[in-house]
Amino acid sequence: MSFPTAHDLIARLEAGETTARQAAEASLATIERQNPQLNALLAVTAEQALADADAADARRQAGKPLSRLDGVPIAVKDNMCTRGVPTTCASRILENFRPPYDATAVRKLREAGAVLLGKANLDEFAMGSSNEFSAFGPARNPWNPECVPGGSSGGSAVAVASGMVPWSLGSDTGGSIRQPASFCGVVGMKPTYGRVSRYGLVAFASSLDQIGPFAQTVEDAALLLETIAGHDPLDSTSSTVDVPKYSETVRNGSLKGLKIGRPVEFFDVQGVDPEVTAALNAALDKAASEGAEIIDVHMPIATEYAVSAYYIIAAAEASSNLARYDGAHYGFRAPDTADIVEMFSKSRAQGFGAEVKRRIMLGTFVLSAETFDAYYVRAQKARTLIQRDYREALEKVDVIAAPTAPTAAFPLGSKLEDPVQMYLADIFTLSLNLAGYCGLSLPVGRTSAGLPIGLQLFGGAFEETRLLQAAWQVEQVVK
Amino acid sequence: MEFEPVIGFEVHTELKTNSKVWCGCSTEFGAPPNTQVCPVCLGMPGSLPVLNRHAFDIALKVGLALNCSIPERTYFDRKNYYYPDLPKNYQISQQYEPLGRDGWFDIELPDGSCKRIEIDNLHLEEDAGKNIHPEGQMHVDYSLVDLNRAGTPLLEIVTRPDLRGKEEAEAFMRGMKAFLEYLGASDCKMQEGRLRFELNISVRPKGSDVLGQKVEVKNLNSMSVVLKCIDAEIERQSALLEQGGRVAQETRLWDEEKFETRSMRSKETAYDYRYFPDPDLVDVVIDNAMKERLAAEIPELPLARRARFVSQYGLSDYDARVLTAERQMAEYFESAVSVHNNPKTLANWMLGEMKSRLNEMGEDATADDFPVRPAALAELVRMIDDGSITGKIAKTVFPEMVASGKSPSAIVEEKGLKPLDDSALEPIVRKVMADNPKMVEDVRGGKKKAIGGLMGQIMRATQGKANPAVVTPMIERLIAESEG
Amino acid sequence: MSETVRLDRVEEITLDRVRHVALLARLELGEEEAVRFSRELTGIMTHINKLGELDLEGVEPTSHAIPTANVFREDTARPGLSNDEGLANAPEKDEGCFKVPQII
Repeated sequence: MSFPTAHDLIARLEAGETTARQAAEASLATIERQNPQLNALLAVTAEQALADADAADARRQAGKPLSRLDGVPIAVKDNMCTRGVPTTCASRILENFRPPYDATAVRKLREAGAVLLGKANLDEFAMGSSNEFSAFGPARNPWNPECVPGGSSGGSAVAVASGMVPWSLGSDTGGSIRQPASFCGVVGMKPTYGRVSRYGLVAFASSLDQIGPFAQTVEDAALLLETIAGHDPLDSTSSTVDVPKYSETVRNGSLKGLKIGRPVEFFDVQGVDPEVTAALNAALDKAASEGAEIIDVHMPIATEYAVSAYYIIAAAEASSNLARYDGAHYGFRAPDTADIVEMFSKSRAQGFGAEVKRRIMLGTFVLSAETFDAYYVRAQKARTLIQRDYREALEKVDVIAAPTAPTAAFPLGSKLEDPVQMYLADIFTLSLNLAGYCGLSLPVGRTSAGLPIGLQLFGGAFEETRLLQAAWQVEQVVK
Repeated sequence: MEFEPVIGFEVHTELKTNSKVWCGCSTEFGAPPNTQVCPVCLGMPGSLPVLNRHAFDIALKVGLALNCSIPERTYFDRKNYYYPDLPKNYQISQQYEPLGRDGWFDIELPDGSCKRIEIDNLHLEEDAGKNIHPEGQMHVDYSLVDLNRAGTPLLEIVTRPDLRGKEEAEAFMRGMKAFLEYLGASDCKMQEGRLRFELNISVRPKGSDVLGQKVEVKNLNSMSVVLKCIDAEIERQSALLEQGGRVAQETRLWDEEKFETRSMRSKETAYDYRYFPDPDLVDVVIDNAMKERLAAEIPELPLARRARFVSQYGLSDYDARVLTAERQMAEYFESAVSVHNNPKTLANWMLGEMKSRLNEMGEDATADDFPVRPAALAELVRMIDDGSITGKIAKTVFPEMVASGKSPSAIVEEKGLKPLDDSALEPIVRKVMADNPKMVEDVRGGKKKAIGGLMGQIMRATQGKANPAVVTPMIERLIAESEG
Repeated sequence: MSETVRLDRVEEITLDRVRHVALLARLELGEEEAVRFSRELTGIMTHINKLGELDLEGVEPTSHAIPTANVFREDTARPGLSNDEGLANAPEKDEGCFKVPQII
């Protein structure tokens, strides 16, 4: 499958060969054809999108486009607030919620003239790795609709992989951008924590969540990232570090002398599909033949203990972040309850799905007084050691390469019964969120069954420029 | 057996800021419900808190003024519990590294002695909204929630159980209120809930040094209610212990109708706040420069100011105490003295006429709200002192000033209240003397007090416009003349 | 609690514990669901107990991966939402307020 990239579209818009209206109509046609089967988008904002596209065309005709993106269609994950447009988090509890405000990332897209086409499917509240925990049905993998697209940002990945939109936004708490990017054969990036404002991103785990781009190419991802990144006075944790023009430097790297770290322990993990390992090794071999140095690095704690630390910290934060969904001020309220406690308990019981409840229970348990030190504080200390693994490895190399997921996309329903197995599917992605650094997944091959395989690259804090340059180089050699 | 109470306070005070602690909504009191709200204080999905610098500064200043040890780094924790006036279902507070610990606060007891009350900690948090329980309808099965107050910066000051009775508790509350007002930390209007005292109280046999089981009491909305509650709890807890029972560890609510406390939480309700650091907020590093800047803003506090009023203005200790009990009163006084330097007379006017009228204006009224400004009061006293009006006339001018806000000279001018000059006065004095020969005889015979009788008649005849300082020598002169 | 807490013993999350946690979390649980959570949470905690193997002596906890400090906003009041906007998503409202079942 191959569709025009955002840069292709921008070039044609700039050359006057097409219009934003035509681009939006083409997107809407693809959505109409594909979405009933793939269920990538939960809401399609057709009318508004066409109006926005016309406005973009008028600006471009007047010689005053808002940015290079002006008039380019996009979809955003349905856990980002969009003013007046339903924002459900794929949960019954927010089924009819219309935020009175835009997330900062969405606002920046609008200010750049991007045309919002719809809200993308996800695992409920971004909790899941398969998109099967959506209250509105799973999104499906365009390469094989019997397989999951990955999660939680499954819909955002599918929307790009199926050509509905050239790019989209997702959020990544433990791999929720990179893993579906890998499963769907697109580029997906998790920026450094604090690079993109979280204001208006419905919180799952506040210390891990980060918004990032999905695209067909590294270059598109670079342009989309620079559009949404930057300090936001509404998010205390957003960084004041300057945002470079990633898209202008993304081609400036070189494989000659590039040091790529290969974390030995990642490649020793049991249960990794040999086809995944082979595709990764082939990609690294090609990079090496172009002059890259492949260097063994060690990240034992990040490999061995990340799942445990992650599930404690993420569940703990989630249990508190999701306490607000109680039927009092917005969202679903259970009918006919006698008093406030019953209203809270029933609204939450009926409004949340199984996985969300499981994590709320887990998080409430680990935060309770008698277990707090044994679990939560211990996990925060383990987090310190996991970050140290990354820091020390990145002192030796420019970027680190790893599998994105142990396998390619798995069949729908195959892991639903065993939460621990589902959690282990994230083993290669979630340590990066604990460390806070940046990373991305790009497609490097396919399995014999034709399913995409992703390679993950990690970079240091605010080292997006270097990461994107390295990824662009690898992208060229595996093409 | 005789029991003694052991009392500690949790003082909650809303800080005097323009905007809420995490968002830009106004903190103004009395707006229509849910009109000072935004995604942040409504706890909407995706919203995030950002700390109000001024709220933090005030809190730190209070910590410094309470002699607390201040950490190099402080942060905020989430206190998780479900209540509809708490839209996120967690309160952002400080549990693990509060803004201040181990401070102290001196209070003055009625006998003039001082007592040091230890401060366990103070921390900055957010206030909740208000649940309104509709009244006047039978069988109401719902509540209404107003979130205007949600997110107002709230400072909690927790004392150790150092207070031993109602007198000390009252001295503490009055002292703390004055202290917070002096610092400009809060306007302390208790009727608006800007200052709230929660009580920790236990009893133990007199002479024992073992602490009894303490009970927390909430919903105490004035100082007098706190004092009533102390009586009620001493009685309840003592009775329990005397009957061989024990006091349960619980939170109780004051019931204003029944004049007693009642248990607040039902037994089956779980109770575990699951504190953890709020990942949406970042640490605050407190360096020396920050502490020095805020320490420099700490004004003269009540006890120090009171001592200065005695030494600098020659006021009695009692007058100085009353004048410094509220910052606004003390500032009013000094402002008036700077216009006309007669501290004693000014103090008398303030403690008499002004205070009684302020009391009529309501519990929360302060000198700032008083319609007669300090310069006008000073002018009034100056006019008495330079003989432009008599003291008696001044007493009639003052209510006019309160009612109209006009200056005393304008009122005197308008109403023709100037004292009579000698030529107008002398015929009246002569007539009074002629009408009262007995009194004149007495004065002549050396009974100085008899002049008072004549003076009264003259005042009546002149409607107070006779200046006693002029009338007395005039009477003496006329008597001497009649002898000559 | 100190570093000596051992996690190598697998703690069973009993039904009673599950019910207590569900009450804290305000989640009404059916009997079947409670049994399932007891099993699943025990399974997850068994895996998570791996953390007990780590030597964490002297390690500082990390609550923010990218440390920053002293982020403030200035104390300026700004208009927020109107009453209508604020209540637009409310399941029930009355007299400009959110309406909820009685608080006991």
